[in-house]
Amino acid sequence: MDERAAGTRASVEAVFREERGRLLAALVHRFGDLDLAEDVASEAVEAALVHWPVEGVPARPGAWLLTTARRKAVDRLRRDQAYAARLALLAAEAERTGGAVPEEADGGLPDERLRLFFTCAHPALPAADRGALTLRYLAGLTTQEVARAYLVPNATMAQRLVRAKKKIREARIPFRVPEPDELPGRLPGVLQAVYSIFTEGYAASSGPLLQRLDLAEEAVRLGRILHRLLPAEREVTGLLALMLLVHARRDARTGPDGELVLLDAQDRGRWDRDMIAEGETLAVAALTGGPPGPYGVQAAIAALHDEAADAASTDWPQVVALYDVLLALNPSPVVALNRAVAVAMRDGPAAGLALLDELAGEPRLRAYHPWVAARAELLHRLGRDAEAADAYRRALELAGTEPERSHLRRRLAAVAPPER
Amino acid sequence: MKYMLLIYGSTDTQNACTVEDWMAYDKEVQEAGIFVTGHSLADLTTATTVRVDDSGERTVTDGPFAETREVLGGYYVIDVPDLDVALDWAARCPGARDGGTVEVRPVAEF
Repeated sequence: MDERAAGTRASVEAVFREERGRLLAALVHRFGDLDLAEDVASEAVEAALVHWPVEGVPARPGAWLLTTARRKAVDRLRRDQAYAARLALLAAEAERTGGAVPEEADGGLPDERLRLFFTCAHPALPAADRGALTLRYLAGLTTQEVARAYLVPNATMAQRLVRAKKKIREARIPFRVPEPDELPGRLPGVLQAVYSIFTEGYAASSGPLLQRLDLAEEAVRLGRILHRLLPAEREVTGLLALMLLVHARRDARTGPDGELVLLDAQDRGRWDRDMIAEGETLAVAALTGGPPGPYGVQAAIAALHDEAADAASTDWPQVVALYDVLLALNPSPVVALNRAVAVAMRDGPAAGLALLDELAGEPRLRAYHPWVAARAELLHRLGRDAEAADAYRRALELAGTEPERSHLRRRLAAVAPPER
Repeated sequence: MKYMLLIYGSTDTQNACTVEDWMAYDKEVQEAGIFVTGHSLADLTTATTVRVDDSGERTVTDGPFAETREVLGGYYVIDVPDLDVALDWAARCPGARDGGTVEVRPVAEF
């Protein structure tokens, strides 16, 4: 490939990456079939690679791609009558169900992505695959990139995506936006899919790296799209606020050698102030005009940390109060763990440790290294170093990423210096 | 698209739904124009299982195929546009309450 062709390919791919989710969603809406949409979208990109170097990049590249892809789909349906008959049936039934949202023209490309968000995060699909589907079809990642995101072999991820697509097609999971009365039941699944991408990027569950910033950034990008599509949904706003307020600390979260730096030891001068400001504005919006939701409350907690000059001057009573609200909304042992740590900051390590020990019976926490490490830290602060060392050793066995393990080794060395 | 709603009851808990609840649901399904077929099954104690081995030998045993806590109590086949609509009808079924479950399966079309 010569230099010019390579340049064109890069610009086509850049356009396509931006437009891919939108293009796919529009095609799926039109033809009701994810496989057909994927195929003709790829063919349209190939066509762009042939035509754009000669004719120039069109004024509205997204619209050009959609028109081309539609034409190719229609051609394919003419050739394959059986396929067409099946799709016609789908279309007829879609008419019967009725469309849900008014189409918005934006650069000539209707935005049908909200339907696709709800399909990818449909409760009838395995929870573990919803984030992957969202990355593949809405963030526009390739199957290889999605496999890398979840640290699984390409073939494994390809198989998971094929199986999920088969269920969408054969059980006929619809491409539709739920009615307002269904939204409270369905929206949390979509938010969870996006947030699961963020948390995997922010605190990778395994591997050599603690943070995978590209993945966290994809999640923020998806959060922005969703917020644009559902501006009045306060939990969508809350999720975006939460991700921005946490992502703002990315540069301070790892040290020069990639090691974990905890919140209280981070150089707060390296936090992204613009991102914090944006997150705070959104957090206020998320908590205004109705009862708070779990993402809005978590955003508020993140904002309190972001506003404080250091750990000591953090408004811990307010943090604890917000965890109380969160615990009422979402009674989970992990939330209770975070609340206990905040109580330790407000009332001292003994109070925090008592709460942590109350959680000892939780099966979900026993093998959860942050719980073990939090106990170790409070035991150390209480001067019970022998017990702290045991707990750090246990946490070391459980931690998944190398930066977390090296952090725990340093803490262990501090409470139990190796004998010479 | 046809879906079968397989209605399982739990042997551990008593379904509190009344005959009236079932009649009301049945009427709704009929009036919505989605009913294809459906039956309520007789008590599990009346179940008989048949197997035929490689030599053609027939084995008949008393009782259901597998000992489970979940017992198939009846089914509906409904014709609706998509899975969401099928799930809505499943959720409205009295058999989905009180520890019961409704499994939703698309009917294969050849």
